Amino acid sequence: MYPAIVLMPLAGAIIAGFFGRILGDRVSGILTSMLLLASAVLSWYAFYKVGIQGEEARVVLMPWIGVGDLQTSWSLRIDTLTAVMLVVVNTVSCVVHFYSIGYMHDDDRQPLFFAELSLFTFAMLSLVTANNFVQLFFGWEGVGLASYLLIGFWYHRPSANSAAIKAFVVNRIGDFGFALGIFAIYFLFHDVNFDTVFEAARHANSPTLNVFGYQADALTVICLLLFMGAMGKSAQFMLHTWLPDAMEGPTPVSALIHAATMVTAGVFMVARLSPLFELSPTALWVVTLVGATTAFFAATVGVAQNDIKRVIAYSTCSQLGYMFAALGLRAYSAGIFHLFTHAFFKALLFLGAGSVIHALHGEQDLRKMGGLRTAIPFTFMMMLAGTLALTGFPYTAGYFSKDAIIEVAHASHAPGAEYAFWALIVAAFLTSFYSWRLVFMAFFGTPRDEHAFEHAHESPPVMTIPLLVLAIGAIGAGLGFAHYFIDEGYAHFWRASLFTLPDNTILSDSHAVESLLMKWLPTLMMLGGFVLAYAAYIAVPSLPAWTVRTFKPIHAFLYNKWYFDEIYDWIFVRPLRFIARMLWVYGDGAIIDGLGPDGISARVAGLAKRAVRFQTGYVYQYAFVMLIGVTALVSYFAFLFRGALFKL
Amino acid sequence: MTIAGFFFYLFSLILVASGSLVITARSPVHSVLFLILAFFNAAGLFVLLGAEFLAMILVIVYVGAVAVLFLFVVMMLDVDFSELRKGSARYVPLGLLVGAILLFELLAVSATFISAPGAIQPLAAQPISNAAAIGAVLYTKYVYYFEQSGAVLLVAMIGAIVLTLRHKRTAKRQDVAAQVGRRREDAIEVVQVETGKGIS
Amino acid sequence: MNAISPIEAATGITLQHYLGVAAVLFTLGVFGIFLNRKNVIVILMSVELMLLAVNINLVAMSAFLNDITGQIFALIVLTVAAAEAAIGLAIVVIYFRNRGSIAVDDINSMRG
Repeated sequence: MYPAIVLMPLAGAIIAGFFGRILGDRVSGILTSMLLLASAVLSWYAFYKVGIQGEEARVVLMPWIGVGDLQTSWSLRIDTLTAVMLVVVNTVSCVVHFYSIGYMHDDDRQPLFFAELSLFTFAMLSLVTANNFVQLFFGWEGVGLASYLLIGFWYHRPSANSAAIKAFVVNRIGDFGFALGIFAIYFLFHDVNFDTVFEAARHANSPTLNVFGYQADALTVICLLLFMGAMGKSAQFMLHTWLPDAMEGPTPVSALIHAATMVTAGVFMVARLSPLFELSPTALWVVTLVGATTAFFAATVGVAQNDIKRVIAYSTCSQLGYMFAALGLRAYSAGIFHLFTHAFFKALLFLGAGSVIHALHGEQDLRKMGGLRTAIPFTFMMMLAGTLALTGFPYTAGYFSKDAIIEVAHASHAPGAEYAFWALIVAAFLTSFYSWRLVFMAFFGTPRDEHAFEHAHESPPVMTIPLLVLAIGAIGAGLGFAHYFIDEGYAHFWRASLFTLPDNTILSDSHAVESLLMKWLPTLMMLGGFVLAYAAYIAVPSLPAWTVRTFKPIHAFLYNKWYFDEIYDWIFVRPLRFIARMLWVYGDGAIIDGLGPDGISARVAGLAKRAVRFQTGYVYQYAFVMLIGVTALVSYFAFLFRGALFKL
Repeated sequence: MTIAGFFFYLFSLILVASGSLVITARSPVHSVLFLILAFFNAAGLFVLLGAEFLAMILVIVYVGAVAVLFLFVVMMLDVDFSELRKGSARYVPLGLLVGAILLFELLAVSATFISAPGAIQPLAAQPISNAAAIGAVLYTKYVYYFEQSGAVLLVAMIGAIVLTLRHKRTAKRQDVAAQVGRRREDAIEVVQVETGKGIS
Repeated sequence: MNAISPIEAATGITLQHYLGVAAVLFTLGVFGIFLNRKNVIVILMSVELMLLAVNINLVAMSAFLNDITGQIFALIVLTVAAAEAAIGLAIVVIYFRNRGSIAVDDINSMRG
C-alpha cells in the first residue's frame, strides 16, 4: 500500500506529461485528480493504521547507492510523522488538482500543469517518506524543481520567469547549507541512513568539527547547516524574499506549494531530525530566534500589502515562523500540529482568493474590490471560515494549534523563549488585523470598481467543493485531532517518531499554565485586531488613508518589505553582476578567447593576409625572390665554410 | 704576357662587355646581336682551353640555331621596342646589392679552389684532337646520356609544335579517310538528258 | 696543393681567371632576369648567358683537371639549353598571341 501512495502521483505525472496531448485536457485533469484521490484515501487509512493503531513500517523498494561506506536504498519510512505528512500532502494536493480542473480550464497547456502538480506531489512524498538523507535531499530538490516549473508556468510573462529563477536561486542558497550538513553527517558517522545516524548521535561523545580552524561542536554545526536549508525552503527571515514573488504562479500552485506543502518541508525536516536537534541547544535557540523573528516580520509586512495573494503569502511566511518557534522550543508536536491545521486553512484561503480572482476575471488588487459578499456568497463563507481559523477564533483549528504554540513560548525556560513569546503575541494581533482587513476590503463596503463587480460570478462546483472540504478541515481539525497531537494521546500517537530527551517536559508545562490572562491573551489579540480592522475599513473608511499620510516613512518601510530586496540587490546582486560581467568580458572574452580560438584565428588570418602580399602575380618579382633565396643559400654555405674560404 | 694570355683577356673583356650590353640594349634586336657576339667570344675562350670541337659546336648550335631562333621570334612579334617602361626602380638598389653579394661569393669560392689529390688525371700519352677525345667516351661510357639528350630534343620539338600549331579552319586539307571511303553511288549520278533541255 | 697545369705554365692564365669570368657572366645573366622591364625575350637571353657561364666553368675545369667528363657535360648542357630556348620561345609566341603584349610588367595574372 505504501509504495502505491507514493508512486500513484508519479504515474499520473508520467501519463499526463508524456501523453497529455493525446489524452486531452479534460482526461489529463481527471486522471491525475483521480489518482491523487486514491492516494489521499489511502493516506487517511494509513494515518489511522499507523497513528491510531500503532502499526509502523519500513519498506525497501530498491537498492540505490552502494559505494564503500555510502550504502543507501530507495526506502520508505512509515511512522506517525510520515503518516501525518502523507495526509496533509495528499489531501491538499487532491483538492488542488480538482480545483485546477476548473481554475485552469481556459489554459492551453493543462496536461503539463497537471503533470507538474503530480510530479511535485511525488517529490514531496518521497521527501516525507525518506529513510535516509540522500532520498530526503532528492525529494527536497525535486520539490524545488517542481516549484520552479510551476511558478514560471505562464512563461510568457517576464515577471513570472524572474520569480521562478529567484525562487530557485534563493532555495539553492539554503540547499548549499543543507548539502554541507549532509556531508558533515557522512563525515562524522560514515552513514546516511536515519536509523543508524540517530542511534550514533545519541551515543556520540560530543564530537567536534574543525570549522575554519575553530573546534566547534559537531552536532550544532550540522544542525545549523541543515537549518539553513530549512530557512531557504520555508522562506524564513533573510531567505524569505522568494515567497512573495512566487505568487506569479497560478493560484492553485500557491495554495499547494507555497502554503501547505513545499514550504512546510523545512518544518518537517527539523521535526524528523529531532534526534539531532534535541542534542544541540544552540541550534534550537537559533531556530527559535529565526522563527519568532519571521513571524513578527512577515506579519508587519503583510499589513501594508494591497495584492490579495501577497497578503496571504506573507501570512504563510509568518505562520511558518510560528511553527519553527515551536520546534525551537522543543515542542515538536505542537509545530507539526500547527503545520497540519495551517495546511487546511491556508490552502482554503488561497483557493478562496483564487475564486475571487476568477470571479473578477483576473483582478488581484484589494483596492479595486469591495462588496463581493453579495455577488459571490459561497466564496465569502469559505473565506470567512479560513479567516476565523487563521486568527484563532475559539474552537477552530487555528485556535488549538496557534494558541498551543503561544502557551509553549510562555511556559518555556529556554533562552529566547521570552523574545519568542512577545514576538508571537504581537504577530497574532497583526495577523488578525490583516486577515480581517482583507475580508473587509474584498467583501464589504461599496464596490470600488463597478465594472468588475457587475461581472462577478460564483465559481463552478469543481472549484467550490474543494473549498468546502478544506473548510471542514479548517474548522474541525482542531477539535478532532488536538487530542492526538498535543494532548493526552501524545505518547501513544507519536511514539518514537519525534525524539525528545528525558528533560523535555515542555508540552505538559504548557498545559499546566494557570494564569487566565495567559490562556485568553491570544484570543484578546485576535479581538483587538478585528476591532481595529473593523474601525479602519468599515466604520471610519478614511482612517487607512490618514494613517498612511501621517506615518509615511513607516508605511513605506513596511510596504517595501523592510527594503530587503533592495538591500540584497546592493549587497549581492550588483557586485555579483559586476564580477560576472568582468569575468565574461575580460576573463573569458579578452583573455581566454583572445589567447585561444579567437586570438589564434585572428593571428592566422593576419599572417595569411600579410603572406598573400607576396603573391603579386609579377613574374619578375617571383624571379627576384628566387634569386634572393639562392643568394641566401650560397651565403649560408659560405658562412659555414668561412674558414676554408678565406685562405686565399 | 704571352699571346695566349693576351687573347684570353681580349676575349673575356669583349665577352663581359657584350653580356652587359645584352641586358641593357634598348632594342631586342640589338640584344640578340650582342648575344651572338658573346657566343663567339666564348667559343674563342674554348679554343684557348683546347676544346676546339666544343667551340665549333657552340658556334653552330648556339649562334646558328638558338640565336637565329631568337631573332626570328623578335622579328615576328610586333614589339614596340622604343618603349622604355618606367617600372618600379625601387628594386634596383636591392637587386644590385644581392647581385654583388652573389658575385663576391662566387669569386671567393673560385679563388680558393683546391683539387683533391687524385682529381687531376694524367695527360694522354699521345695528344689527340678534342673531337676524338669526346667521341672516345660519348658512345661508350656516356651513351645513355647521349641517347637521353636525343630524347630531350625530340620532346622539345614535339612540345614546340604542340604549343604553337593552330588549325586554320579556312585552309583546305585532305581528309584521306573520306577519300578512301568514297562510294561509287555518291560520286557519280547518271542522268538521261533530253536533247535541248539540259539538266535541271 | 695544386700542381701547375700545362695550360697555366704555357699561358700564365690560372683556373681562377676562367672561373672569375664565368662568375661575372653568371651575375650579369642574373641581373638581366630581374632588372629588365622591357620584354620577356631578354629574360630568355639572360638564361642563355647563365648557361653559357656554366659551360665556361665546366670546360675550364675539364681542361685544368685533364678530365673529358666536363666537356661531355657541357655538350649535354648545350643540348638542353637549345631545347629550353625553343620551348621558351614557343611559350612567348603563344602568350603574345593571346595577350598582345610581352612587356614584363603586364604578366601578373598569377596574382594570389
